[in-house]
Amino acid sequence: MMAQNLQITAAAPDPALLDLPWDVPLEEWPADVLAALPRGISRHVVRFVKLSGRVIAVKEIGESVAYREYELLRQLRRLDAPSVEPVGVITGRRSPDGEPLEAVLITQHLQFSLPYRALFSNTLQPDTATRLIDALAVLLVRLHLSGFYWGDVSLSNTLFRRDAESFAAYLVDAETGDLHNKLTDGQRSYDLEIARVNIIGELMDLVAGEFLDEEEDTVAIGAMLVERYEELWTALTDEESFTADARWRVAARIERLNDLGFDVGELDIMTDIDGTTVRIQPKVVDAGHHSRRLMRLTGLDVQENQARRLLNDLDAHAAATDRQNDEESFVAHDWLTQVFEPAVRAVPRELRRKLEPAQVFHELLDHRWFISKERGRDVPLAEAVDSYVTDVLRHRPDELAVLGASGLADDA
Amino acid sequence: MATVTFDKATRIYPGTERPAVDALDLAVEDGEFLVLVGPSGCGKSTSLRMLAGLEDVNAGRILIGDRDVTDVQPKDRDIAMVFQNYALYPHMTVADNMGFALKIAGKPKAEIRSRVEEAAKILDLTEYLDRKPKALSGGQRQRVAMGRAIVRQPQVFLMDEPLSNLDAKLRVQTRTQIASLQRRLGVTTVYVTHDQTEALTMGDRIAVLKDGLLQQVGTPRDMYDTPANVFVAGFIGSPAMNLGTFSLAEGYAQLGSTKISVPRTAVTALGADDNAKITIGFRPESLDVVPAGTPDSIPVLVNIVEELGSDAFVYGELTGELGSKGLLHSGAGEDQVIVRVDPRKVPAKGETIHVTIRTGEQHLFHAGSGLRIDA
Ligand SMILES: Nc1ncnc2c1ncn2[C@@H]1O[C@H](COP(=O)(O)OP(=O)(O)O)[C@@H](O)[C@H]1O
Ligand SMILES: Nc1ncnc2c1ncn2[C@@H]1O[C@H](COP(=O)(O)OP(=O)(O)O)[C@@H](O)[C@H]1O
Ligand SMILES: [Mg+2]
Ligand SMILES: [Mg+2]
Repeated sequence: MMAQNLQITAAAPDPALLDLPWDVPLEEWPADVLAALPRGISRHVVRFVKLSGRVIAVKEIGESVAYREYELLRQLRRLDAPSVEPVGVITGRRSPDGEPLEAVLITQHLQFSLPYRALFSNTLQPDTATRLIDALAVLLVRLHLSGFYWGDVSLSNTLFRRDAESFAAYLVDAETGDLHNKLTDGQRSYDLEIARVNIIGELMDLVAGEFLDEEEDTVAIGAMLVERYEELWTALTDEESFTADARWRVAARIERLNDLGFDVGELDIMTDIDGTTVRIQPKVVDAGHHSRRLMRLTGLDVQENQARRLLNDLDAHAAATDRQNDEESFVAHDWLTQVFEPAVRAVPRELRRKLEPAQVFHELLDHRWFISKERGRDVPLAEAVDSYVTDVLRHRPDELAVLGASGLADDA
Repeated sequence: MATVTFDKATRIYPGTERPAVDALDLAVEDGEFLVLVGPSGCGKSTSLRMLAGLEDVNAGRILIGDRDVTDVQPKDRDIAMVFQNYALYPHMTVADNMGFALKIAGKPKAEIRSRVEEAAKILDLTEYLDRKPKALSGGQRQRVAMGRAIVRQPQVFLMDEPLSNLDAKLRVQTRTQIASLQRRLGVTTVYVTHDQTEALTMGDRIAVLKDGLLQQVGTPRDMYDTPANVFVAGFIGSPAMNLGTFSLAEGYAQLGSTKISVPRTAVTALGADDNAKITIGFRPESLDVVPAGTPDSIPVLVNIVEELGSDAFVYGELTGELGSKGLLHSGAGEDQVIVRVDPRKVPAKGETIHVTIRTGEQHLFHAGSGLRIDA
């Protein structure tokens, strides 16, 4: 066998990487190293691989593009943009008879993430498409605020995680992207147009494959992304002006942004010479208002809408125990140890992998609301947990296994 | 069909002072294949993105046909960026994969079908139209992606280094395919590459950029035969042109005791800032190997011989009294000379050969400005 001269570029290389069969084209890797998880449409060969108790995604791609995408993903992580985590690049692969093989880009498999096609292959709520679009609009606005031009926005290049009753979107494919200090309007609008056309194409494909009802208006769903994006962009960046005596509007604007899930890092306030009008414009906004607040209070690291839901329950707990005027962090600590943790721990260990703890808690709250209504009384959380586990969670198809077997991933 | 005009178009990135593209004046003809070429960072991509509407134009204008598109949104410019994205949809037929953008735009079914069929004919995909992409080879899939752009019948195709991701063999193949496809379609195309060979083989005309400034526009032949300045002379052509700057005395460029005769008209064209010096360029094929002792011959120590079948090139250095003085340079480096030799009479490594510049085949440039002297 001809020696390979592998070159591994990685921030923290895992020695176990060396044991993988790099001298074999990815398409021919043996099933025992692969993890059968669902994938989106792609033009490169992509496989999920088990490595040291975790799962990595391996993509075969030209060497220079591999390094470029790796660097971009690293920069996106530094900017705190929701994206997959790069692990490294491997070059210098050769087959046993000396044929050079393509370089690979390795990323960490995003846990609990679902490609959009998997979400459509199961029967789900009727507004799945709408909720995916909402999540993608938020992602695109966040990326654009960070100066990232994507160049190939699509459902396939996005991963979705359940986030309370909605989804949180993550960028998975940065191949065509570019980072700038600030995007031009042309760049933003072209990205939006690409997104619109790609989304409609992807939905048309689902219709052709009979995963989506023919009656769905795919063109309207694509147009919805543009609408949602514009709304959010305007809310986050628009300049507004008012007379000097309406200063409460500064606080109102900040509150409105908080409601949308954003913190205001910097706000420009300009008054004209005679001081009669005031103009304000957010300059720096950071996503994750609720998840940051929950993190500060409880140390829980969850997604934005899950955090919103948990914070609501925390507030309800404070009210129910008559502690609204106590130091918030003390109440939060008690809520964590007396409400959240016991509820999540009450879920049998073997079922815990199905969903993230915060998502379990969110569904638990929903379930309690549902059975309380059904039984005509306030059901305590402990009782709700039992009912949720036996009646809901246990019967839920094991999402990962079912989707992995759907065969959807490989027919691209 | 349309022309493309850059009219003193300038792009200054926020936070920078030097324009990335500086007052670019360039007229692309209807149906022409124009290649923007130059070293990395010279402003090729910026120019293309300005045309696409992705980069603001800080001064000047951009026109497509007679229409000023400087402030028009990218999607309304009637352009297509090719090779941006070619993930194909697995459940849709090849025809639907090619035509779906027209369906989105609300075009009637019959028109979509006829445009798709027309594109398929050009792309050799007719028999696959009703199949799924799964049935296609890699090259055919790429053509379907091309078909997506073609059926939209844009006024202009834009391509930014579309081949950079391919291996050398496939690159040469795809290069030819793109060029011939473009000629058959006759759609105005602006193509960006850093590779001058790619530029020479593909473009109807080439525009060379350096530091955001347009150096020269012309046919591949123009660029090769009459480079407008020292930069273009050294950049275009492979192997590269040999160049040197010499003192001028009594109508001769002095290279040690070797004298290269310079035409009178060129001597009179020199100005004060040339400092009585002249830059002379000569391509590897403009040198003749001559016997030792031939008057005004230049001795070259052979370092490497590159044999390419029909051609052979000597990569050598000046030797004797001329050696290591930084008198000459070429694409191979300082003091390096490249000589094309008869492939049936290649010298050995370590040997010294003697060469003279073939009369009339030297290129003359102002030592000061670097501009060509037409003599
Ligand atoms: N880190 C990851 N975690 C989860 N899924 C991934 C990851 N990387 C890739 N995938 C899956 O593989 C698919 C293809 O990857 P992508 O980078 O988009 O390839 P391509 O450049 O060929 O389009 C994605 O749609 C996604 O479903
Ligand atoms: N978004 C940007 N912001 C600031 N400077 C940029 C940006 N993009 C390119 N540049 C600079 O502009 C110049 C031209 O870049 P570019 O057009 O990409 O060159 P080329 O395509 O010829 O390699 C370079 O100096 C580059 O560093
Ligand atoms: Mg992709
Ligand atoms: Mg470039």
